[in-house]
Order: sequence, then structure tokens, then C-alpha cells
Amino acid sequence: MLQIISLLVENKPGALMRITGLLSARGYNIESLTVARTLDPELSRMSIVVDIEPQLRTQVIKQMNKLINVLQATDLTDSPAVKREMVLVRVRAALTNRTSILKEAEIFGARVVDSSTEGFALEVTGDSEKLDEFIDVIRSYGEIEVTRSGTVAVSLEAKKLRLSPPVPKTTHPEEISEKLETRN
Amino acid sequence: MSTTTAHRSNVAPDSKLISGARILLECLVRENVDCIFGYPGGVTLPLYDAFYDHPIRHVLVRHEQNAAFAAEGYARSTGRVGVCCATSGPGATNLVTGLVDSMMDSIPVVAITGQVSTKLIGSDAFQEADTFGITRSCTKHNFLVKNIAELPQVIHEAFYIASSGRPGPVLVDIPKDVFQAQAHYTPVSSIHLPGYKVFTEGHTGQIRRAAQMMWEAKRPFVYAGGGIIAADASDELRELVETLNAPAVNTLMGLGALPAEHPNFVSMPGMHGSYAANMGMSNTDLLIALGVRFDDRVTGRLAAFAPHAKVIHVDIDPAEIGKNRAPDLPIVGDVKRVLQKLNKVLQEIAPEHRQSNADARDAWWHQIREWRAEHPLVPNVSTTEIKPQHVMREIDRLSGGRAIVTSDVGQHQMWAAQFIRFSEPRLWINSGGLGAMGFGLPAAIGAQFARPDKLVFSIVGDGGFQMSIPELATIANHGLPIKIVIVNNGYLGMVRQWQELFYNNRLSQVELNSFPDAKQLAGAYGFKGRTIEKPEELASALEEAVQENGPYLLNVRVSPYENVYPMVPAGGAINEMVLGPPQPVEA
Repeated sequence: MLQIISLLVENKPGALMRITGLLSARGYNIESLTVARTLDPELSRMSIVVDIEPQLRTQVIKQMNKLINVLQATDLTDSPAVKREMVLVRVRAALTNRTSILKEAEIFGARVVDSSTEGFALEVTGDSEKLDEFIDVIRSYGEIEVTRSGTVAVSLEAKKLRLSPPVPKTTHPEEISEKLETRN
Repeated sequence: MSTTTAHRSNVAPDSKLISGARILLECLVRENVDCIFGYPGGVTLPLYDAFYDHPIRHVLVRHEQNAAFAAEGYARSTGRVGVCCATSGPGATNLVTGLVDSMMDSIPVVAITGQVSTKLIGSDAFQEADTFGITRSCTKHNFLVKNIAELPQVIHEAFYIASSGRPGPVLVDIPKDVFQAQAHYTPVSSIHLPGYKVFTEGHTGQIRRAAQMMWEAKRPFVYAGGGIIAADASDELRELVETLNAPAVNTLMGLGALPAEHPNFVSMPGMHGSYAANMGMSNTDLLIALGVRFDDRVTGRLAAFAPHAKVIHVDIDPAEIGKNRAPDLPIVGDVKRVLQKLNKVLQEIAPEHRQSNADARDAWWHQIREWRAEHPLVPNVSTTEIKPQHVMREIDRLSGGRAIVTSDVGQHQMWAAQFIRFSEPRLWINSGGLGAMGFGLPAAIGAQFARPDKLVFSIVGDGGFQMSIPELATIANHGLPIKIVIVNNGYLGMVRQWQELFYNNRLSQVELNSFPDAKQLAGAYGFKGRTIEKPEELASALEEAVQENGPYLLNVRVSPYENVYPMVPAGGAINEMVLGPPQPVEA
């Protein structure tokens, strides 16, 4: 069963390898993985979608939390969280199709990020199932090329916000945490 | 390297520029390192130049793997961090087995490896290997130091990680140009590891509940392991066991945690554990698991393990909780701290509980004594040939529970664990989790350097011994008075035992012919050695070895077909033991 893990890790060489190594050593295949810096440049946020038998999930999270570079690993699979993905689609479009493609794009809330005589490049975000549908629809118009970002996720649990950085050390930590509080 | 701390404002104006190699040694001194086991090479030349006139003792082993094992022997016999050192490429890859071994047994080791110069990394340079990548999974943590400015911080973090929490190996990979670079040395004042979580204090509420459960149990059973030794919690364990008057077992990694002569000590449990230990585990109603990891060699078939028991599991590593057996009451914390608190609570609430289950507990002890009497662990002794168990009995007699005994891996390891008694922790040194042959002899070297006052026996099989023969040179070199006892059955005994029992006695590739003559072998290195094969020679030969001032190589020809019993066949429940060889059927 697919599991979504959110990790806060030190932004250091080898940190990614330790996490993926932990998964590959157990023979788990990573479905998607995104990683980027947080507000604190010393830390990165990672979202991993990986196929793990349900009874082993806790163990994997614990093993991740044991890694020295990992500040926090959280299982977001069953907890309230926003999970989104972005997809970039290039579609070759004959002149006759262009209007219909733009209509479809509108339905899915996609944006045109490039337009040429060849066709379009479209950008759309959403949950993975919706993106699957979008890709299917666009494919029906002709040749396409797809790049998906993989899922990024943020927990919606109140306590998680307080527990987990990023809290930038350089500027005003109080301000940030206040912002987080009010958004709650 | 151009980057130095020279521009930092906090550098004392009179501080001199020193090399990375010297900075490393400076850090090691601050970590109280007095002895390093290593082997030099191309990229560690600058480091070895610094060793040349430095007070830290460097012990030159004859293979890097043995540097790692010796560092483990040092660490296991003292609890201090063992340090080993190897060059890049082959030097580093040779360390790997020792690193995995210390990972499996949670032994604090810091490994220093040289790396090719930063500019050459990734260019397939001579003796380049991706040490950082290779050792990722065999260390608790590892570092690649690409800048001399990071070096002191990394070294102290490495020691901190290796020795704190659940101990383990940490590797620091240092490129040649970092050893050569010059910088001002500023002592490190703090450690910055935001992701490193160590849970030492157990949860007070959980500890209270644990104490309650312990008094309420009718058949409590203490299952204590290597964690007790790592946490230096023997006294606390003893207090717990005495307060509850509960029977206790020590795992292979935990032997010596409770003195073997303690009346509550049952023996070792598991695949080759005693009948009483395994029956106790199988029938207890409260398993008190302290610093153990429910290893498959202890539990046998998990589904059938301790089926009637509630489990209290104390461990410093949260990932061990529920990994193999879900506990009814988990306590994450340093087992020493937890037991200190627990013992207090046990005393507090003792008056209201002590009598409540007294009868049931008497019956439980009666039952344990009965199991013990039914199938005691008794060494097999013969008058016509030397039985390996007989060797262990004699070593036990000479040790009196006080000698350090290192063992290799296989049948002799199990017999030693069954029949040699240990009165204190850190005397029994063996490769438990990884089961690495070739461990025993180099580990003895490390232990003897760490504790020069101790009598050290190194019990090895004829297989493992031949994996570590090169280290006879190290032993001879330093005149280490290690008593090497080869339990020589001419076979890879444990594999042979399994082939006999489970593969129709088709003895495939287990016969070890052409064993060298021990007297000549030891003589070639300049010390005494001897081969014996008669039971009546055994006691006197061992005494002679012990009385010898220097090293001694005693090759004991033992009966070739002896098997280790009791034995729980792989996949079996631990109460389904094979207690001895099949009896001949009478016609």
C-alpha cells in the first residue's frame, strides 16, 4: 500500500542517500520523491511516496527517525494532510484541436506555459488521480510528453505546525510562528 | 586546501598553523584515545607522519579487517570507543566487515579512513573507492570531510554519536589534502546535531505501570541482553532480579551482565540455550526484556515465542520496540536510568504486593529448578578423546569467571557461551549479530591492549583461526600474552552439524585439511605452541599456556563429530529443542 512520508532533514550531502538507502535495503520501491530547501537553508523538506506493507510502516518511520540527518519523519498516509502534485504536459496539437485542448485545460485548471505552432505546454496541479485523468484526456488529442513532480504533502495537524521547523534562525522566529498560529 | 580558520576572529593570535593530520590527533587526544589499530597507505601518509612522534599508540595490525575487530575488542572489553584507521580504497573496503559487526552488536567504534584528494574524488583515482557510499549502511553515521575547517567538529561529533544512545560505529573519511592543509586549531566547544535524538529517561508513568505488572506477575522472567552491558547497568539488573526474586537469562551478547554464579541466573536462552532457559521463556506470564532485540536466534519461531507472556520491553532505541515482538508495555530509555527508577518504585510498592503472589512464585521457581534438573547443561567429557565441551570446562576452571574470553564463530562459540562462566560484564567478547569468522583473534588483541592486566583467552575454531593467522605477527610483535586455544575438529563444525542434521550428512566443503603444526607455526613467530589430543593432557597443557609469560598457541584436537545441543532447529519454537544426538535404536 502506498505510504506518504514527510521528512524534515538536514540539507547535507548524503542525507538523501541515507533515506533512500534505508528503503532500498528493504526492497521498497520509491514511487515518487521530492526534496527542496525549507525557509531555513540548513534544512530540507522531503516527501516520499513508497510502497510498504501496512504492518511495517511504523518500523520504517522509526528507522528514518533514527538517521542522524533526519529531524523528523512523519507518516502522512492516514493523517489529515494536503497532498498535491504538479504535472507538465507537452501536447502536439493540430490547428483544429487547439481550442478544444484549451477548453479541457480550463476544466482542469491547467495553465498554458508555452504555446507554439507545434502545440502547447500545460501546467496543472492537483491530486494524483485528477492528474491521471487530465493526462488521459490530453493524450486523446495527440502525441504528448509528461513530466510529473511527484507528490508534495503538508500535514494539517495543528500540533505538527508547532513541532516542526522551518523556523528561520536568521530573521524573526516569533513573527513566523505567529503567522503559523493565526493560520490555524 | 586554501580554506583555513585563519581569518576567524576567535583564533588566539599566538596559535600556530598546524596540519589537518595534527588537528585530527589533537581531537583524538581530547577524546582520551590512547590506542589506535590501523594500517597505513598512500593517502594516509600525512597522518602516519604525524603518528611518528605522537604519544597516541598506533598498533600496526596485518589486515585492516583485523584493525576493525581489534578496535571492537578494545571497545567491548572497556566500554570506551575503539578506534581503527585505514587508507583509501582497499583499506577502507577491508574495514567493512568489522563495521557491520560493530553495527550489529552496538559497539562504539570510530573508523578513520583516508580518501584521495578532494580534487580527485570521483575521477576513479588510484585507490579510490566511494567509502562514504559503501559504509552508509554499515555505520550508525558517517562523514566525508571536504574542508579542514570542519575537521574538529566532525571528529568530536563522530565520537559523540558512536558512544551515546545506542552505541555503534561511525566512519570519518578524510581526503589526503585535508590531512595536509594547514589551519589554526580551535577546540570545539559544542556539538551541533539537530537530528540526533537520544532518549535516556524512561517515561515515569510507564515505569510505574511496569513495576505494578512485575509484582502482579505469577511467573516473571527476566530476559537481559547486550544493552545491560552497553549501559553499564549490571548492578541495577542485579537489584531488580533480587527484589523480584525472578529467574533471569542473559543472551549471548549479555553474558556476564548478571554474574553466572548468581542464584537467579538460569543461563543463555535461544537456539543453543539451555532447556530451563527456553522453557522459562516459553512459560512465563511476564517477560521483562531489558536491552534486547528479540533476535531470531533467541526467539525461534516468533509466533510461538513466549506465547503466554505479557512483555515489558526496555530499550534505548525506539525502533527496537515492536520490531519483532509487540510489547504490552514499552519503555524507551537508557536501561540503567530506567532500572534505577524502576527499582525505586518496586521497593516503594513492595509492601502491598510482596505476599500476594508468593505461592505462585514459589511454584514457578520450583518449576524452573525442575527443568534445570531434568536437562542440565553438562559438559560432555570422554576418556578416549577430547570433547570440545571438556576444553570449555577446563578454561572455565582456570578463568574462575574472571578472565577475558574472546571467541570466534561457530560451535566452539556456543560451547564457550554454555560452559564458561563470567562474573562480570565485558569479559565475554564475541561476534553475536553478524557471526563473523575471524573475529576472535584480533578481538583478543584489542582486549589485551585495553586491559593488559587481564588474562585473555582467545578460543577459536580451526576455520576462523586460519582466517586470522596473519595477526600472530601482531601478537608476537607486542609479546601479547594471549592464550590462543584452537578447538580443532578438522571441520567447519557448525556447518557440518547442519549438513549432518538437515542435509543427509552430505559433508560439502566443510573438511579443513592441511592444518599447520601449531608448535612450528608458533615457533616461526617466536613463541610457544603445542598440539594435544589426549584428554589427560588437556588440563596441564592449558595450565602451561596460562603460566607462560608470553603468547601461547594451544591446538586442541577434539572429537570431530561432536554437535552442539540443545538445539532449536531453524524455524522451530524454542521449547521444541533437540536435546541431544538421536539415541541408537536397540534391536
